Amino acid sequence: MTSTVTAPAEAPPGAGGRERFFGLMQRHGATAVLVLLVAVGSVSFSSFPTGDNLGNIAITSSFLATVALGMTFVIITGGIDLSVGSVFALGGVLAAYGMRWGSFAALLLPLAVCGAFGLVQGLLIARVRLAPFIVTLAGLLGARGLLLSISNEGATTYLIPHGSLLARFGQGSVLGLGYPVYLTLALFAAGAVLLQRTRFGQCVYAIGGGEDAAQLMGVPVTRTKVLVYVMSGLLAGLAGALNAARLSSGVTILGTGMELDVIAAVVIGGTLLTGGAGSVSGTIAGVLLLGVIQNLINQIGDLSSSYQQVVSGGFLAVVVVVQTYLSRVQRLR
Amino acid sequence: MADPLLQVSGIVKRFTGVVALDRVSLDLAPGEVHALVGENGAGKSTLIKVITGVYSPDEGEVRLGGRRVEFGTPLDAQRSGIQAVHQEIGLVPSMSVARNLLLGREPRRRFGLIDFGRMHSEAALTLKSYGIDVDVREPLRSLGLGAQQMIALARAVSVDARVVVMDEPTSSLEPREVDTLFGVIGRLREQGISVIYVSHRLDELYRICDGVTVLRDGRVVHQGSLAELDRLRLVSLMLGRDMSEVRAEGVTRFSGAHDADGAPVLVAGGLTRRHVLDDVSVAIRPGEVVGLGGLLGAGRTETAKAIAGALQLDGGHVTVAGVNLRRGSAAAAIKAGVALLPEDRKSEGIIPTLSVRENIALAALPRLSRGGVVSDARIDRIVDTFMKRLRIKAAGPHQRVAELSGGNQQKVLIARWLATEPRILLLDEPTRGIDVGAKAEVQALIDELASEGLGVLLISSDLEELVEGSDRVVVLKDGTVVGELAGGDLTEEGIMSTIAQVEDG
Repeated sequence: MTSTVTAPAEAPPGAGGRERFFGLMQRHGATAVLVLLVAVGSVSFSSFPTGDNLGNIAITSSFLATVALGMTFVIITGGIDLSVGSVFALGGVLAAYGMRWGSFAALLLPLAVCGAFGLVQGLLIARVRLAPFIVTLAGLLGARGLLLSISNEGATTYLIPHGSLLARFGQGSVLGLGYPVYLTLALFAAGAVLLQRTRFGQCVYAIGGGEDAAQLMGVPVTRTKVLVYVMSGLLAGLAGALNAARLSSGVTILGTGMELDVIAAVVIGGTLLTGGAGSVSGTIAGVLLLGVIQNLINQIGDLSSSYQQVVSGGFLAVVVVVQTYLSRVQRLR
Repeated sequence: MADPLLQVSGIVKRFTGVVALDRVSLDLAPGEVHALVGENGAGKSTLIKVITGVYSPDEGEVRLGGRRVEFGTPLDAQRSGIQAVHQEIGLVPSMSVARNLLLGREPRRRFGLIDFGRMHSEAALTLKSYGIDVDVREPLRSLGLGAQQMIALARAVSVDARVVVMDEPTSSLEPREVDTLFGVIGRLREQGISVIYVSHRLDELYRICDGVTVLRDGRVVHQGSLAELDRLRLVSLMLGRDMSEVRAEGVTRFSGAHDADGAPVLVAGGLTRRHVLDDVSVAIRPGEVVGLGGLLGAGRTETAKAIAGALQLDGGHVTVAGVNLRRGSAAAAIKAGVALLPEDRKSEGIIPTLSVRENIALAALPRLSRGGVVSDARIDRIVDTFMKRLRIKAAGPHQRVAELSGGNQQKVLIARWLATEPRILLLDEPTRGIDVGAKAEVQALIDELASEGLGVLLISSDLEELVEGSDRVVVLKDGTVVGELAGGDLTEEGIMSTIAQVEDG
């Protein structure tokens, strides 16, 4: 070898520290704010740091979190899944409907249908190359329609009887945390490994970072994209089924607008809407942050809970501004 | 000659009636480095795409190691051992160097989990063996273009490659990086890996290539050993012009000195930005071409951007025709008559999905409209004028720019800025990646514009172009001005020694 290429050639020394700090902010900003908020909440409201209250935040957040896990994968590939709210509700109704064949069928039916729903969306997006926004918007309407037809325009509410295996799982708890919380944690652990430590995860990042390049580098782009939408459908269906188990019935009006909360949580968690960057741990922080904000506003009591939306929205705007700024700084250096 | 490793025979490829390749054949011996040259539109890209599986040929066949192969996708070609390194780097900028290098081939432990420790050490080792010393954990985008290109190459050849196609691999490399690249090519040759090398740089071709295929209008016009072909003959084959004509005109098309007189139309003083530029000053008189010399990363592009208000500065001022410009305002610079032709025309210049007409009219729209309403007739007039004047080869003003050749895209960009009637034209690598013929035309155009009284700042990595095209050359090194050459001192050697001289001190 005659010479050596040393890089980064243009990066001045000393910029590294600031650089690293910005990177950390991008990835763990949500966690930092979450810790801060919990600390402030604990000092300000005696009713906030109780086991009951925190357990409540955990269980209500767990369903949103499960859906957001799938959404994280979708968004990292540079896509979007608007159908999750409807699929979530569909999963709940299907679970309650499936109870007539027992608890296992009640769990399998929503998984099968919602997974298939994701598969069709994924094929349309990855193979037919339609825009994810449009395909999943159609999915949002389609899943809602399917749900209404099963429930006779919402007139029939199917129940999940108390004492059934599914209901016991949805409602039971151990150590102050509901069973679904543990399942969600397990799913996130598996999701983190899948995203960070497997070739599939690398492909997800590569597609979001540059789809054409990924294609040239031999990444199975179509297959990977189909799979993330299948995952998203499966997880939304599962979350819906568990939520129905907790409520003892398949409620048809659930999940309207949920996709926006889910996207907000994922983005607040540091995943870039443009794809290519993000993490599962950030998403969990994003979900909890939304949950804690809602809970704290309820604690304030005389403040209308409608403000929760305002605060969450404002927070999302701030996060996106900061993200944009950070990635611009990183690119400009 | 040993049995050919790659045999391409009788390839015909048509696009909607137009014949892009007409019975093209090419044999590649194991370990041969074969130059593929020709003007843009000669069929080089199409031939490469046929070989790498992007297109399937209408007629003819490709044989690899004696066996006939038919690739449905680039992936098929890669699996058979045909790797391509593209002009535009086909990697993912947001991912780490190691991930890019080993994507799809990550070392794994049990349960299919990636072993990051081994991945990083393997990546570092591989890159080191190619003379690239970088932190493999850093995202790819944090590296310079040259280093990125080397990593793309390392990725291509570290997958069991038998044939590597390199499309202008040196267009963004510094000279020492080119040396590294040639070292790598030498090693490939020893391993019996064949290389198809596409470049417009004659020096490079003669340095490393064994055989040559010259394409023109989709046909092979010459094939044989490169050493037996002298440069002038090669150029004339590519251009399809008379030898004497080429000799008379030289390779560049600059006429030489311009009549530059009067007060400078542009004065940039003390341009400073931490770690990037340090007190850079440049003055340009009307009708003068001032060159900016220096290595990659010396601050040439940044200087041009600073003048155009596209780079935030810590200090310095820019004056156009006596008027001080507000710092860091591109709008103010454009209004004052500063036009910047960016280095990366793909991402910063042309809008490929729009037509030639729309691309040309874009920057001039404010001038062509009255009360926010744009006059179609005036646009047509201007577009027509510039398409004729710059000899833009397009089916018509409504053809999409993406369908034009690189040289014509560049002309569209120049036309866009000329339509704003600028006083200063900042040209950053105006002839990079365009073929010899178009290059000469662009050079002639620069000349013409200067003689009409425009002040031109020319940035070029092609020393010959810089020397012959400029009246003066300001040499930059690590963000500072280290010398200025004019008149008899202005030679390629002069520029190189100015750069080298400072390196010693």
